[in-house]
Amino acid sequence: MPLSAESLTKNFFRESKDSNCFSAVEELSLRLEEGTVTVLTGRSGGGKTTVLNMMSGLLVPTKGRVLLDDTDIYSLTDKELSKLRNDRFGVVPQGQTAIHSLNVIENILLPYAIYGEKTDDAVRNRADDLLQRLDIAQLSSAKPAQLSGGELRRMAIARAVIKKPNFIFADEPTGDLDDENTKTVFEFFRSAADEGAAVLIVTHEECAAEYADRVIKMASGKIV
Amino acid sequence: MKGFKDLTVKSLLGKPVRTAILVLLTVLLTLTVLDGSLTESSLETGIDSLEARLGADVMVVPYSATTKQKFENIVLQGSTGYFYMGKNYVDEISRIEGVGEMSEQFYLASASTSCCSIPVQIIGYDPDTDFTITPWVKKSYGKKLDTYDVVVGNDLNAFVGDILYFYGVRVKVAAKLEKTGTSYDTTVFTNADTIKELIRSSLELKMNDFSDVDPDNVVSCVLINVADGYNAEEVTNNINLHVKKVKAIQTKEMISGVSDSLSGVSSVIGILIGAVWVLGAVIMLLAFTMSVNERKKEFAVLRVMGASRGKLASLVIKEALLIGLAGSLLGTLTGLVIMIGFGGLIEQLLGLPFLLPSAGAVIGYAIAAVALTVVTGADAAAVSAFRISRIDTGVILRGDN
Repeated sequence: MPLSAESLTKNFFRESKDSNCFSAVEELSLRLEEGTVTVLTGRSGGGKTTVLNMMSGLLVPTKGRVLLDDTDIYSLTDKELSKLRNDRFGVVPQGQTAIHSLNVIENILLPYAIYGEKTDDAVRNRADDLLQRLDIAQLSSAKPAQLSGGELRRMAIARAVIKKPNFIFADEPTGDLDDENTKTVFEFFRSAADEGAAVLIVTHEECAAEYADRVIKMASGKIV
Repeated sequence: MKGFKDLTVKSLLGKPVRTAILVLLTVLLTLTVLDGSLTESSLETGIDSLEARLGADVMVVPYSATTKQKFENIVLQGSTGYFYMGKNYVDEISRIEGVGEMSEQFYLASASTSCCSIPVQIIGYDPDTDFTITPWVKKSYGKKLDTYDVVVGNDLNAFVGDILYFYGVRVKVAAKLEKTGTSYDTTVFTNADTIKELIRSSLELKMNDFSDVDPDNVVSCVLINVADGYNAEEVTNNINLHVKKVKAIQTKEMISGVSDSLSGVSSVIGILIGAVWVLGAVIMLLAFTMSVNERKKEFAVLRVMGASRGKLASLVIKEALLIGLAGSLLGTLTGLVIMIGFGGLIEQLLGLPFLLPSAGAVIGYAIAAVALTVVTGADAAAVSAFRISRIDTGVILRGDN
């Protein structure tokens, strides 16, 4: 079941001489299909992150709809939308997003803890496997303060995919990574798509195209 | 991690300085509310106790005692002193219309020299006619006081069986009274025969200002309960009109001065409690708002993972509840230690009757203080959580807010 953005528009308040309304995204439509990697690229300030946030249920659009199973996700109550994000969406936000009072493995398992779901052996094994694949297995018990930027980023990726979401949204997932780890992460997302997920990656990395089914370029809030 | 609940505890432990400051704030708030309320209540209990201890409608003393304010100072302030009037006045007073029960009392102040064990106020009463002290002494000592037996106030450093000396006379402590919160806590009581012996001895040692006094023919004051059908004001006026060189005083009037002071002090304490509570609530709101603001990225991440606004609010409120509970329990403990340990000092500083209410009432005040602090903290946290939950997660992640 695809996730479709229909005529999404997002305006922000920003003081300027002409108008206090800044349009970050204008009338954008986008469809994320299962088993595909979509790369969203373009210059900074072009509206990529805003699109990702709106499609992942984190930012209410000014206009337009995001449809899943024929339902606009923004017509759901906060409780329903939150549960949907927990069950079916996996988001890797920009920047450092660790919960500092928890260690690495606790951070990764946090999506289960939010709704009190038990983490059985299968979940634990999956977490260990993710740590292994992202090359941070030795840091399982470490606190976020002890990790480098790149390690934190990979921890956030493991956390986003721990519940095998249908839709993965990654905002600059390789921002702090070297070439080798960048390649590892893109391969990781490719395999997630191959296992059935729809993946949307916002990135400036040109090599991302090698792993994508589709590359979309954005400028001034529009697809170009 | 077992669940989302663990995150509450881990968040608190993960930021020990922030947690400690918030706990300290709740300790101070609870301490102020509890000790302020207990002080106010203790003053009220103290005045009730004083009224009960006086136990008479009218007191008659020599006129000279009232002009020097000796009498009120002895009864209300705990000063030591003594004054006498001839016993013939007792007969005159008894003939006044409206006088019902009547009993004499004898005052003597012990000295701080070697003749006396402790410098205190000594009050002698006649067990056969007394209606004010006996009921109260009976609570601690069921028997009739023998000659050379004394009953000591609760604050005095003397205990049952101790031998004391007043003006060289050996007396035995037969009982120790329960706390009253009044000047009677530092007073020694004995029967009329014993105090006459003490007065006689003080005269022999030339340590009494009244060198020509005959202990068998004087009294210090007369306590009166008015007869049925009369009121205290009427009887007081009658005595003052018909008996020369004495002054009849309504006990209610005596206490009214103290009550006025108490009312003033209570109002100040009430205002202070209110002001501290409002200030505490505002500081808590600011503290929680700052704490929530500092952690908004963390909350945004939890939203990303699927935490609803309700779940975030419950996380923040649970943290506030834990902080409030820990702080208020610590504050209550500290507050009780201060009130129980330094009650005497507070009484001295205020110069008013001061008696802690019953244990049940103290527990009630403690529970109320804990509840008030916990609810205040939780409300402050709820307001902060509500404000942060209204902001779009995407906006927080963008760093625009």
